[in-house]
Amino acid sequence: MLRLSSSSSRRLLNAASSVVRTVESRGFATTGARRADITLTVDGKEVTVPQGSALIQACEAAGASIPRFCYHDRLAIAGNCRMCLVEVQRSPKPVASCAMPAMPGSVVFTNTPLVHEAREGVMEFLLANHPLDCPICDQGGECDLQDQSMRYGSDRTRFHEIAGKRAVEDKNLGPLVKTSMNRCIQCTRCVRFANEVAGVEDLGTSGRGNDMQIGMYVEKTLASELSGNIVDLCPVGALTSKPYAFHARPWELKKTESVDVLDAVGSNIRVDSRGVQVMRVQPRVNDDVNEEWISDKTRYAYDGLRFQRLTVPLIRQGDRFVSATWEDALNAVAQGLQASGAKGDEIKAVAGALADTESLVALKDFINRLGSDNLTTDQPRGDEPPVHGVDIRSNYLFNSTIPALDKADAILLVGTNPRHEAAVLNSRIRRNWLNTQMEVGLIGEQIDAIYRYDHIGTDLKAVDQFVAGKGAFAEKFKAAKNPLIIVGSAVAEHADGAAVFKALSTFVQKNKDRLLTPEWNGFSVLQREASRTAAYDIGFVPSTKSKGVKAKFVYLLNADNITPDSIPENAFVVYQGHHGDAGAELADVCLPGAAYTEKGSTWVNTEGRAQHGRAAVPPPGASREDWKIIRAVSEVAGVTLPYDSILTLRDRMWEIAPSTVKYDETEPTTLDISAAGLASMAGLSAGKASGVPFRKPITNFYQTDPISRASVTMAQCTRSFVDQANIADDAKLAAAQTA
Amino acid sequence: MLPVRRAFSTSARRALATVQDAPPVRHYGGLKDQDRIFTNLYCRHDHGIKGAQARGDWHKTKEILLKGDNWIIQTMKDSGLRGRGGAGFPSGLKWSFMNKPGWENDKRPRYLVVNADEGEPGTCKDREIMRGDPHKLVEGCLVAGRAMNATAAYIYIRGEFYQEAAHVEQAIQEAYKAGLLGKNACGSGYAFDVYVHRGAGAYICGEETALIESLEGKQGKPRLKPPFPADVGLFGCPSTVANVETVAVAPTICRRGSAWFAGFGRERNQGTKLYCVSGHVNNPAVVEEEMSIPLRELLEKHCGGIRGGWDNLLGIIPGGSSVPVLPIKACGEVLMDYDSLKDAGSGLGTGAVIVMDKSTDIVAAIARLSHFYKHESCGQCTPCREGTTWLMRTMDRLVVGRAHHREIDMLLELTKQIEGRTICALGDAAAWPVQGLMRHFRPEVEARIDKFRAEHGPVLFGGQLKSEVDFSLAVPDNLGGSLVDAPKQTRV
Repeated sequence: MLRLSSSSSRRLLNAASSVVRTVESRGFATTGARRADITLTVDGKEVTVPQGSALIQACEAAGASIPRFCYHDRLAIAGNCRMCLVEVQRSPKPVASCAMPAMPGSVVFTNTPLVHEAREGVMEFLLANHPLDCPICDQGGECDLQDQSMRYGSDRTRFHEIAGKRAVEDKNLGPLVKTSMNRCIQCTRCVRFANEVAGVEDLGTSGRGNDMQIGMYVEKTLASELSGNIVDLCPVGALTSKPYAFHARPWELKKTESVDVLDAVGSNIRVDSRGVQVMRVQPRVNDDVNEEWISDKTRYAYDGLRFQRLTVPLIRQGDRFVSATWEDALNAVAQGLQASGAKGDEIKAVAGALADTESLVALKDFINRLGSDNLTTDQPRGDEPPVHGVDIRSNYLFNSTIPALDKADAILLVGTNPRHEAAVLNSRIRRNWLNTQMEVGLIGEQIDAIYRYDHIGTDLKAVDQFVAGKGAFAEKFKAAKNPLIIVGSAVAEHADGAAVFKALSTFVQKNKDRLLTPEWNGFSVLQREASRTAAYDIGFVPSTKSKGVKAKFVYLLNADNITPDSIPENAFVVYQGHHGDAGAELADVCLPGAAYTEKGSTWVNTEGRAQHGRAAVPPPGASREDWKIIRAVSEVAGVTLPYDSILTLRDRMWEIAPSTVKYDETEPTTLDISAAGLASMAGLSAGKASGVPFRKPITNFYQTDPISRASVTMAQCTRSFVDQANIADDAKLAAAQTA
Repeated sequence: MLPVRRAFSTSARRALATVQDAPPVRHYGGLKDQDRIFTNLYCRHDHGIKGAQARGDWHKTKEILLKGDNWIIQTMKDSGLRGRGGAGFPSGLKWSFMNKPGWENDKRPRYLVVNADEGEPGTCKDREIMRGDPHKLVEGCLVAGRAMNATAAYIYIRGEFYQEAAHVEQAIQEAYKAGLLGKNACGSGYAFDVYVHRGAGAYICGEETALIESLEGKQGKPRLKPPFPADVGLFGCPSTVANVETVAVAPTICRRGSAWFAGFGRERNQGTKLYCVSGHVNNPAVVEEEMSIPLRELLEKHCGGIRGGWDNLLGIIPGGSSVPVLPIKACGEVLMDYDSLKDAGSGLGTGAVIVMDKSTDIVAAIARLSHFYKHESCGQCTPCREGTTWLMRTMDRLVVGRAHHREIDMLLELTKQIEGRTICALGDAAAWPVQGLMRHFRPEVEARIDKFRAEHGPVLFGGQLKSEVDFSLAVPDNLGGSLVDAPKQTRV
């Protein structure tokens, strides 16, 4: 009832005959042969655009700016705002340029009196029912309606009707998106985003005519990991950010281009800050990574940067921390190292999810200089060498790269829930699934996906079955031209991890002609932590002999996903990080580091793409950039690291892993090396199957790391979107107790 | 003297020879009973298959089908039939869009969609067809479907038409039973199915693409064109939407020949047409008449004339609620066809003649239409969504005269801002009646404003009385409160 045209097309197609399906999918295919170019004239200027472009794109190409509200180049075309009207020769009426395909030879005018008059008319109608409360509207300063009314609006209204303006009830879309529906101009961008990209098919329009409203008819929250994007999409102030409400004006903010670290996608972001505070996080366009979207955690966890911070060095005295100077703290570390008597692999480093590449390299060098190879990560089984090894990059990278998700025609997900591990990447899968006949299969715990999938099984048995070619999905996979296997990072942490990698790599070897070709690498591992790929790239993994050694000195670098019992009793523990979270609790000395918005550092995403994170605000209090802290610790420990500046440190990175300083590009592994990597995994000894099902590694999308755990907004999201069931249970329990 | 005069007259006669040889001015109208297509319009006879066959339906349909798609389409083109739903697009041409070169290679199913969502106020012709002559429609579906090589026809019937839907359903069942539809329709080897779908009574679902959306189970909101339905229509397949009357006349045209049909009406406006006359006539009626019949003759011959005589006439809306009203002078001159009415500044539309005599409050009548369009706007695109409401509010005030003189021009400007800027034609339809009112009855509106002003004092823009406004508060300065009125123009 509430769906717009495109949303139910998939369902419809499935119902129709197979003939229709092929035709339809071909019609929508985004890939395919490059289409011919056509030439037309815009404002007397000849312009050449690919066939099938919209007229608005041709006008943009010719340098004519076309005002628009409903048109968005990443969403389906609605053509309903009528703001983009242009004049086309031999057309009696002005034409909506977003909805009209560019025709060869047509002559277009974007700047004639007719066009102006038409746009002014539309603007007058839009403003007639718009409240004009710009002074108290959060969109002010970055509002499309405000901007365009400067050009097409009248300075005073003709709308004086005593009946007044339209009043619309505000909707409650949850803790992230604030609504002020009086301001809505019914462009339906949010509806199209929710239906096409986010997969929330219950957002739509109800009512008709002037009473048309955006909403869900039955009031409920917008349960999507991408819901924050509708705030950016909304051309007016109808949808604004709830946590950011009334906090800042756009012109007060300093904008810093950076990358996100709360998952392993490496979404490009812009950090907006005022003074020393991060005010908000906005997406930045990068077609190869996140396009224009970011997840809600990326966007809204920033308030966690203000709470629970470590701002001064802390030394444990008895059962409490006492603040100390850097000098005292560093000396305490050196003394602790000496007093613990740790030798060789008894010195252990644990790196967490938010450790940047520079500090990982510095820590590795430091620990190696102390004679230890015990470099672990804070994931389950992080103190063993990873089953896939780290010698060959293609064994742990997302080899297909993210843009190639649009080309895949069959995807097998193993032990992963991309919706929570890489929400933005997941929307690409949905888009492909919506627009083509791509099939998705899943091995592992059932997930609440935004596409339909074949559930093959939950454990190793299902993998074996699939590899043996049994089952309906295996048949579909066989027929696919660009098949893709996505293995979750949790699989390597699983007891049967080796067996899965062995089975799948053997399968890839057997189907080399489709899964491993010069054009296509169909074996991808989806990492979920921002620092993990870099850690593997630089060899931040334990050696075989260090496994099982009882550590006497433990250095935690941003390690907050550890359990207290993983740290031996009486070991001396140093925690370096920015939040007083799980790791800091265990420490004898806490060294305050900088969060990702406070340091210039390198982050390698799941594809192996190195990207610059930039400092938007200074680190709070006495905290310092992380690699500098390690450099200082190394000095007091008597094994001074040889780099004094970030540049010499990056030279060191270039020495051990050149890919980590080749910014903004992915370096594909060559075919031979990929094959060698597969061979090494195929040769793994699998051991006895445990039969334990693959579990989702993330149970609460909104709280996965120290920053999001400290965030009030994320706590509210957890309560609204995750804990609903728990709250109901609690209420029942309380009722039972009182009775 | 005389020879000279003779010489002069001879030369004159020679010069004017063409005039003398011209055919006599043809008078249109007076359709004979044997030329009527809809012979059970008033449902006086059996609407079932027996009665229909007795009236000539399903006679040699097989032969028509076997003549093939090109023949049927050519016949339609020759007959000059123009779409009877309101827009008046040549039907043969429209149907031929389905058979583009290489259509055989397109494996998609193809659909004929019959628009029986007769929602235009004043229009009631399709209702009579479906009630009395449902077999004509069903047979028309088959013939039109054959012409466009369609696999099936969907008849989208307005939800309120319960009995009509039942009659059509009955006709379809009878046709299937008699082997006239189905796998081997009429024994021609051509497979064709007909389905009935009942709408939920939204006027906008009569727009062809909104109708398709509605058929697909979505909200009835017009689609963007291009792509046109002939490329991507119902369920993404090539489709053509046609009005009930257009489809229902097709078999008769094929049987009696295109020349017969083209013999009625003026050039480019050929054929017969159902006219629905309602309002202040003595006998409101739906009647089949020749195209180009003079409006006055239509009313006087079939409807017993205007209530109280021709001079009691105020105005006529000649083509359903969406065309501008005509004043009495124009009503006496126009012919009921597409071109004549267009020249007169109105349109034939669906052929629904709404007659209003002098007892009518013409402003209130047009305001009522504005209410209708406000209520039926789908809300998709801006000018229609916002504009129809604005028009309605202003029209409501004009009914009592609670407005400023300048607001009439503003209103006209608003209609121009809606017209031609919207996705579908509903915006135009909302704008035209108001334009028609102001074109022909502006003095009446102005008189009301003056009257109201005389009683209540000056009125500001937007309808507030000046006396009610406290100008010591911050009041916008553009409400027209301090405008000095121009000296009143005297109209003759």
